[in-house]
Amino acid sequence: MTNPSVFRVVLSFVYAAIGFTPCASVTFAAEKLEFNRDIRPILSDNCFYCHGPDKNHREADLRLDVREEAIHLKAIVPSKPAESKLLDRILSKDASEVMPPPESHKKLTDQQKETLRLWIEQGAEYQLHWSYEKPIKASIPAGKNAIDTLVQSRLEKIGLKPSAPADRRVLIRRLYADLIGLPPTPEQVAAFVNDTSANAYDKLVEQLLQNPHYGERMAIGWLDVVRFADTIGYHSDNPRNVWPYRDWVIQSFNENKPFDRFTIEQIAGDLLPDKNQSTLIGSAFNRLLLSTEEGGAQPKDYEQRMLTDRVRAVGAAWLGQTTGCAQCHDHKFDPFTMRDFYALGAFFADIQEPIIGKREDGMAIKTPDQEKSLADLEASLAKAQKEYDAIRKQLESAQQQWESDIARYSITLPELKEDSKASKEAKDRAKNVSKALEKSAKDRKKNETDTIRDYFLSQGTTLFQEQRDALAKAQSAKDSLYNALPKCLVSTSTKDKRTVRILPRGDWMDESGEVMKPALPQYLVQSKMQSSSGETELTRHDLARWIVSRDNPLTSRTVMNRLWKQFFGMGLSKVLDDLGAQGEPPVNPELLDWLACEFMDSGWDMKHMVRVIVTSATYQQSSVASPEALAADPYNRELARQSTYRLEAELVRDNALAISGLLVAKVGGPSAKPYQPEDYWDNLNFPRRTYPADAGESQYRRGLYTWWQRSFLHPSMLAFDAPTREECCAERNRSNIPQQALVLLNDPTYVEAARVFAANVLREKSGSDDELLRRAWQRALQREPTTSEFATIQKLLIDRRAAYRDDPKSAAQLLKVGIAPILEGIELTELAAWTHVTRVLLNLHETITRS
Amino acid sequence: MQFATQSTQAMNRQSFLRRSSSVLGSIAFAWLAQPSLGVRTLEDRTRGVLRSLPYAPKAKRVIWLTMAGGPSQLELFDYKPKLASMDGKPMPESFTRGQQLAQLQGQALVCQGPQFRFQRFGKNQTELSELLPHIGSMVDEICIVKSMTTEAINHDPAHMFMNTGSQIAGRPSMGSWLTYGLGAETEDLPGFVVMISTGEGRTPQPIAARQWNNGFLPSKHQGVLLRSKGDPVLYLQSPPGISTEIQSRDVEAIASLNRFHDMTARDPEIATRIAQYEMAFQMQTSVPDLVDIRNESSKTLESYGCQPGDGSFASNCLLARRLAERGTRFIQLYHRDWDHHSLLREELPLRAKEVDRACAALITDLKQRGMLDDTLVVWAGEFGRTPMKQSNKGPAGRDHHNKAMSIWLAGAGVRPGFVYGATDELGYAANENVMTVHDLHATMLYLLGIEHTSFSYKFQGLDARLTGVEAARIVKDILL
Repeated sequence: MTNPSVFRVVLSFVYAAIGFTPCASVTFAAEKLEFNRDIRPILSDNCFYCHGPDKNHREADLRLDVREEAIHLKAIVPSKPAESKLLDRILSKDASEVMPPPESHKKLTDQQKETLRLWIEQGAEYQLHWSYEKPIKASIPAGKNAIDTLVQSRLEKIGLKPSAPADRRVLIRRLYADLIGLPPTPEQVAAFVNDTSANAYDKLVEQLLQNPHYGERMAIGWLDVVRFADTIGYHSDNPRNVWPYRDWVIQSFNENKPFDRFTIEQIAGDLLPDKNQSTLIGSAFNRLLLSTEEGGAQPKDYEQRMLTDRVRAVGAAWLGQTTGCAQCHDHKFDPFTMRDFYALGAFFADIQEPIIGKREDGMAIKTPDQEKSLADLEASLAKAQKEYDAIRKQLESAQQQWESDIARYSITLPELKEDSKASKEAKDRAKNVSKALEKSAKDRKKNETDTIRDYFLSQGTTLFQEQRDALAKAQSAKDSLYNALPKCLVSTSTKDKRTVRILPRGDWMDESGEVMKPALPQYLVQSKMQSSSGETELTRHDLARWIVSRDNPLTSRTVMNRLWKQFFGMGLSKVLDDLGAQGEPPVNPELLDWLACEFMDSGWDMKHMVRVIVTSATYQQSSVASPEALAADPYNRELARQSTYRLEAELVRDNALAISGLLVAKVGGPSAKPYQPEDYWDNLNFPRRTYPADAGESQYRRGLYTWWQRSFLHPSMLAFDAPTREECCAERNRSNIPQQALVLLNDPTYVEAARVFAANVLREKSGSDDELLRRAWQRALQREPTTSEFATIQKLLIDRRAAYRDDPKSAAQLLKVGIAPILEGIELTELAAWTHVTRVLLNLHETITRS
Repeated sequence: MQFATQSTQAMNRQSFLRRSSSVLGSIAFAWLAQPSLGVRTLEDRTRGVLRSLPYAPKAKRVIWLTMAGGPSQLELFDYKPKLASMDGKPMPESFTRGQQLAQLQGQALVCQGPQFRFQRFGKNQTELSELLPHIGSMVDEICIVKSMTTEAINHDPAHMFMNTGSQIAGRPSMGSWLTYGLGAETEDLPGFVVMISTGEGRTPQPIAARQWNNGFLPSKHQGVLLRSKGDPVLYLQSPPGISTEIQSRDVEAIASLNRFHDMTARDPEIATRIAQYEMAFQMQTSVPDLVDIRNESSKTLESYGCQPGDGSFASNCLLARRLAERGTRFIQLYHRDWDHHSLLREELPLRAKEVDRACAALITDLKQRGMLDDTLVVWAGEFGRTPMKQSNKGPAGRDHHNKAMSIWLAGAGVRPGFVYGATDELGYAANENVMTVHDLHATMLYLLGIEHTSFSYKFQGLDARLTGVEAARIVKDILL
């Protein structure tokens, strides 16, 4: 096999031999063709661009996505391929006749042509696009796990056999990675391996579902899809306050907030009758978009950018629809129109926000205790204010008297007398006051009036000093508590809504388009929705309720498809952000539908769904594939085994910190700044910034707390495919690139982790090299090394030890990396030598892989 | 060091083949050594996804000189005598009606004549600013386009548009497209390299890492920022106390252990992981060697006007040549300080001086080495500047402008000594042979042998292209 095309031929031969469908376009002569599975992908890829839903781009008035229309123009004559013009054209040898036309660079294969012919012969039946049909729940025999039943029936059909269960060590590592994103300790693995009770696995699952790190693990994917980040994104990319939203997401997963409620609070947490601090923090979702502080930015331009950003977000996070296409034209493949696009955008026109410029600080977040203290301080302040108000008149007349005395007797303020020893600031202030006093009261600007009053009260009088001090004290007590509270941008609805127009070709300077009111996407709505608020217009709350209603066939499918990827490495439909025509029909549609129905039936119970998935036999299979299994299903779409893949960026970090013993397991809090190469932020400006890495425990927080600077995301995160979150991201890349090696080898985070890992191994257990090497191996991989593995690290240790004894200076240099103190009582050359062993362990493929 | 054994290579090959049937398009290894076995297709040689090219490629690589902030074409390339005579007079409304401006929006609009003189250079007596004498001296080698336009008028979206063909974040940058399609001709250096210099100016533009992001293309096509301070590539240097020799021992141990693991795990990613560690280790030597310009002749250093380690634009031009020699596909340089809302008279000469000599030296150097024939050089900002004066930010300057800008190209089949397109008499809008950003991209791809309409990647249901969905034109007039 020396070139890919030969390989492909062989592959298709293998497929043919076992009757397995690698993709929807391969046909079975014996079986009746299905429009969604066999035909739509061909038409959508090759024909809909000119003969599909976009009326502005339709050629010859022919659309092939609607059966009646295709028949009407005789493109298709059911059961009569010979009379169908469609077939004439695709088979034509004439360059001016043949479809698709050569200049489109699209080409049908002979097999696709034959499939179309057969389909017409069989009657050319259409189906609604699969994801727009309501999901139907397959009936599952009582006592059976639905996932296993549906996967196995598919495997039987295509002649594949499920794999054996994974061994217990692999299972517990897998569960830890998938449910809490941390590795188990060797002790935890041993306890599970030795637990002979029948429900040992189920107990482990329950325990992990209750673990507070569960919420952190689940949050990662959601934060990607809503593009959560600490900075505004455009140009200066300055900070904004949103981290409490991240903690709200973690908390929501931990308390297993029903997903419908989780959705509603994010889109409309400020509009709920029972709104509270928590639902308002959830509504920060609406503020996560990109914004700008660039001078010269035009409000209309950014108003449009923000609207389209929000429509894309709803499409990505809930609907699995690539709504972005309809910003400039009707969607070319899905029935999503420009009207739908702008009408969806209009739901968000009530959100109060500066279009250009700095975001506000946001809502202060209070614990119940702080809320009480703040209320107390506000009451004291009100009282002090009241007492002050009572004397205000008298103070004002005293001030008038003072002012007129100054004028009448030409009094020089004390600071301005020649012999004054007042500071420069005091003199400058007095100068300003005296200048302001020269104007008559009615000519003074506000700041001048304030300057005079402040001066008078502090320097010109001692009248009512006690009341005034009390007021100042109460004010400062309240301010200092308030200022220290975390803040979060939240949604605030204004009656003064922005006008939303259809923008022809997406051009924000064109104001000729029709004004749009909020409306649900036409093609998805069966019955007209009434506004819940009694308003004439639908609100964000209505939108949110519809998104999680049974009327909407997309949300539960989209969310379950994404969840599936967390547990099997790939969605059932592999294009996570597009369940539309250009996405991929699910490999096992009954399974995705069952999950979607069960999710809704359970009351949108996320932990229930996670439990159902991880307790299935399908999930617990071994991931080791035989060469035959690999050849039959290289991407494991059919689930005759588990999958193996690299940990996500955040978890690569968490894993190293946890193994070394450095991890600070605290949940929530402001974003953290781990070490970052100096000058990495040099290219930021307005203002220029430095990056002060955190000292103390914030240095060792989990990866998901990393400060998310959109324009310069932390380079270690970026290397492992963490998205910048400038756009919603339903699916991360999973690359394998040299930068990952450079990070694990040279980033001080990992060098320090290796050093502390080594120190902990040496400290925990005194013993022979043999015992300690095994101990280190166990901590990293929770298994015994093989003989060759052992020999490799043993040799490494011996070599490094000898070398460092001759070169203690290098040992000292290596150990200086990182702020963690060097453990007393261990010889430095010995610690350095062991650091190489642990460093190698942290770099292993197996260490950063979930299998 | 003995990393890539025959079996590893075979394994790589296997996993490579397995991937190549992926519809997702995760196909070629980035800049990873792929031994050639059997038939050598284009794909084999360069490790890009394109199996054959519809056009004979003139350009093998691109050096893109980005003048971030938007240099004033009216002081540098596009001389407008009529504007000079209108200096201080109101800008006729017939020009500006309905046009969206940036910082001048809603202000009284006044014409501002060119602030510097122009001279005639070269055989063709091409008119060029007195601020660019060195570029003037080789003006017969370059092609100036005076009729360039763009869609954006703010820096960030304008850069995104220029780099990715879209103002929305998340699209792949040109360099990523090219390494995706064509791979690179280097095995131990990145195929897409970015270098940024600041100069001595006041208000350097922020340049976001998204400008060299791979967008929806596989991550390995991300541009690599080559830095002038600290590690030239992030995390390139081994930790303190660890010599190259010791680092190689650790990497070797990692490779052995990974290989042992592969015997039971049978995971194709392991072979790739081993190869990537090898690549990373090679970079630890090859990159420092690349950036060390001390062994360049003093004549060369002088012609560029740089000193080793000064991090200047001139140094980066020299590094660009070194990268080009070593097979990097796309080299992008940013000079960050061209946003002259104010102090145009004072600042522009300084900025011009920072790039003029180096640009000319780069072209001359490439030519002397016979590389100009297959290296495409592009000099461009993200937009142009207004013929109207801006005076609300201090001493006079010019505002952002998207209706007209000047750029130049050189090498690789571009018509030398040629001036293309023109603007109206006041330099407000391009009105002859207008060239859009999509046109520029289409033309650039054409020179690389690629047909822009068929070079696409499936994303969000569309065959996404660098040149977008609107029609784009290959501007053959500027080609030989």
